[in-house]
Amino acid sequence: MFAYIVRRILATIPVMAVVALFVFALLHLSPGDPAVIIAGDTATLDDIARIRQKLGLDQPLYIQFVTWVWGLLHGDLGISIFTNLPVSKLIAQRVEPTVTLTISTLIVSVLVAIPMGVLAAWKAGSWIDRVVMVFAVLGFSVPVFVLAYLLIYVFAISTDLLPVQGFVSIGAGLWPFISHIVMPTLALGMVFAALIARMTRASMLDVLAQDYIRTAQAKGLANEKVLIGHALKNAAVPIATIVGIGVASLISGVVVTETVFAIPGLGRLTVDAILRRDYPIIQGIILVFSAAYVLINLLVALSYTFLDPRIRY
Amino acid sequence: MTVAPADLALLDAPSQRRGRLRTYLRRHPTIVIGAALLSVMALMAIFAPYLGTVDPQALAPIHRLRWPSAEHWFGTDMLGRDIYSRTVYGARISLTIGISVAFASTVLGLAIGLVTGFSRWTDAIVMRIMDGLMSIPAILIAIALMALTRASIENVIFAITVAEVPRVTRLVRGVVLTLRELPFVEAAHASGTGFLRILWRHILPNTLPPLLVQGTFVAASAMIVEAILSFLGAGTPPNIPSWGNIMAEGRSLFQVAYYIVLIPGTFLSITVLSINLLGDGLRDALDPRLARRM
Repeated sequence: MFAYIVRRILATIPVMAVVALFVFALLHLSPGDPAVIIAGDTATLDDIARIRQKLGLDQPLYIQFVTWVWGLLHGDLGISIFTNLPVSKLIAQRVEPTVTLTISTLIVSVLVAIPMGVLAAWKAGSWIDRVVMVFAVLGFSVPVFVLAYLLIYVFAISTDLLPVQGFVSIGAGLWPFISHIVMPTLALGMVFAALIARMTRASMLDVLAQDYIRTAQAKGLANEKVLIGHALKNAAVPIATIVGIGVASLISGVVVTETVFAIPGLGRLTVDAILRRDYPIIQGIILVFSAAYVLINLLVALSYTFLDPRIRY
Repeated sequence: MTVAPADLALLDAPSQRRGRLRTYLRRHPTIVIGAALLSVMALMAIFAPYLGTVDPQALAPIHRLRWPSAEHWFGTDMLGRDIYSRTVYGARISLTIGISVAFASTVLGLAIGLVTGFSRWTDAIVMRIMDGLMSIPAILIAIALMALTRASIENVIFAITVAEVPRVTRLVRGVVLTLRELPFVEAAHASGTGFLRILWRHILPNTLPPLLVQGTFVAASAMIVEAILSFLGAGTPPNIPSWGNIMAEGRSLFQVAYYIVLIPGTFLSITVLSINLLGDGLRDALDPRLARRM
């Protein structure tokens, strides 16, 4: 067991190394001089020289890489070109809204989607099943920002029920917090929930066809007990896996959702960085998001033994 | 299994085949619905100039921000450009990008997947790289590449393709690894069939059905990513009327003129929906084992 945990943790190292290499290589593999590209069309020669010197682009490539990785390992993500502040500090300032939104979406989606998938599998072929499947297909098809604007139109413009945009920290009171986070959560959660509902249904259908389910029913167990205690428990591993993989869709979606709802999080930081071509920030954000994704999937892999005690390593 | 010659003759009869196609399509209605919706969009894109459109770039500041009316079916934007024309022409951009990315990433993924499926040491290296790339959310890869290159449709296609290739590669590799162990490949190998011939005649044809399904999902996802990139200001150049660009331009005016955002958004959703339905239907049809489950 311990050896398994250690092996899983070690296995994330090459993955993160590739991510770091990709992020570093991006700037150097792109056609043309990176300093010129970052400086933009209106830059003077002075600007370009300044950027080249600031990013250390005048050094040999391997020295740049070693310096950069050494910095990373010490939590140094470089200096923003536009604001001159450390990227790690800029990211830390913006992390709260993003984490709050992502966690609330994760919780709401899981709580809604798993019962939907269970019901759909239990009543396979019925209208409930159809409704869930239609929801799943729509969830994959309506892009997050289209859904976000639809929600704004319905709940903020035509009915005035919720504020159009903004973010309020949970410390500022429960209702202000909830009223601001409801629409972003729903918009961001749609794809994720669709993914989980679909996987839950598929996984449950597999389990429900097993002999031990028939045995449980035959011995007179209540439906809930069969579904939750026997079936869902055995269907849990693939569901946990898809929750982990689906976090990628949450990360992609959060950038867009924050833009639509004017939430001052990492997504907004990314968009501002794109417009200013502030490359160190973009690099830092990719690293942070990818590390979060790898970490969550590590936790999912470690949860397998807990979800299914038959799994031994 | 023995097959009577009479049965084979029946299979070849064209009328019989048409009948089978009809039953087949009746059994998979999502293919029909998806293909029909997609055809409408494709026809709209092809015949854009003949559908009562005006120049999608034509400015008419006097007519700016007109609500949908008989004159401007979908209204006009802040520069007086006709949203109907822009939306119809926008279908060209979305479909071009969807199809190009699907094609490019399928071909690349197939090539890399075939090599890694057969060569152990490239497999070890290439799959580590793919694992790393797959842990970067696709949109971030595309954003990073777009932030470095000049905005153009070609660069958007390139950026999204790079983000999609790892998934296709992994799929092809998985199929190749399974096929390689199957008796018919072994038999071919034992009877002295050359490596390239096995690859061409036995492996490649069997990777095509799952690739076709994956290709549709790649196309759908590419269209969404393109719209998101344009919406964030890192995609198709702003002078080209892509659906994402139209929505980006309507963003600041949403509270007064929400139709600018919602109309292209609806077209994008319907197109993606049609491709997803087609993909779901194809997957069910090509892999009966999965059909029951998903």
